[in-house]
Amino acid sequence: MHEWALAEAIITTASQIAEKEGLNEVTEVKIKVGELQQVEKDILEFALSNLKSGKLHKAKFQIETMNAKLKCRVCGNQWFFNKENLDEKTSEAIHFVPEIAHTYIQCPKCGSPDFEILEGRGIWLESVKGLK
Amino acid sequence: MADPRISVINERIKEIRNIITVSSGKGGVGKSLVASTLALTLTKKGYSVGLFDLDFTSPSTHVILGIEGVQPKENKGLVPPSVHGLKYMSIVYYSGEHASPLRGVDVSNALIELLAITKWGKLDFLVVDMPPGIGDATLDLLRLIKNIKFLIVTTSSLLAFETVRKLISLLKALKVPIIGIVENMKMNNTKSIQQKVQRLGVTFLGEIPFDIKIEESIGKTNKLLKTIFAEKIDEIASKI
Repeated sequence: MHEWALAEAIITTASQIAEKEGLNEVTEVKIKVGELQQVEKDILEFALSNLKSGKLHKAKFQIETMNAKLKCRVCGNQWFFNKENLDEKTSEAIHFVPEIAHTYIQCPKCGSPDFEILEGRGIWLESVKGLK
Repeated sequence: MADPRISVINERIKEIRNIITVSSGKGGVGKSLVASTLALTLTKKGYSVGLFDLDFTSPSTHVILGIEGVQPKENKGLVPPSVHGLKYMSIVYYSGEHASPLRGVDVSNALIELLAITKWGKLDFLVVDMPPGIGDATLDLLRLIKNIKFLIVTTSSLLAFETVRKLISLLKALKVPIIGIVENMKMNNTKSIQQKVQRLGVTFLGEIPFDIKIEESIGKTNKLLKTIFAEKIDEIASKI
């Protein structure tokens, strides 16, 4: 259900962008979803289709999932986040607050929790297209 | 690329009448104890109150209030549980007993995430317990929330007040409302801090004597509310 809060944020931002760019009707919104947040794509799509209104009434939402790439600040090692290594409680904690990854995940090479999330953290609007 | 979270923050806090940020330039001056006791006191006075622990790397308000075994409920976002009559939100729900080693950018992201997904509903007061200093959390709140007011905690030490003076100077330059200054852990009878505060044109809310018994009340809210500390916070709350 947390996906509904994110969907609401997407709709609000897309509406603001449409307003700013003088669009009368939004036709397509491209969204990137980072794997780290483990968003349920089906729920997000359902929430978006339920919440869209006004200029976004006919908008299609394209959701692309991005792998979460992490880089250790201590030894420079880069690796990809893998949900399979986490228990359910930890996965859920990272789902709500992705930065909690620093609490539970360490660099597989040197064990440091001091890593950078290079890509695939949260949700971003890639583009908002429409008719003027 | 746009971050959609920012756009819903104002929606999430629109039914909160007062946001009080308990802050200080220094750590160890009693911010968390002031924030927790203030939230409890305002609740006791009949207000609807929330407490938001933003000290992500060293959260402690859950220890002060003896909060355990509760979690936010999911309802198109996160609804903070009601504990001791107040709505309580902390990163500790997710970090548990573990350390949260977060750099500045992570603190910012976690703060934006929680502001965007927490559904406070109607509140008379949201008390925010801040991390020490003028860092990411302070700058993000100033950037993202337009109607915050600062309650600043200092001790009698010139070392603490020197950092508080800088915080006051920044907030005044940014035209951010300062409710006033609380002098905590007072162990002398001088009016030095009060005079310095008044010279800066800021309200001196009161002084709280060093209370050796306060440690015994950690985790026990009934006991905490009977301390001299709580008595002084009650007086301060009536000035807010």
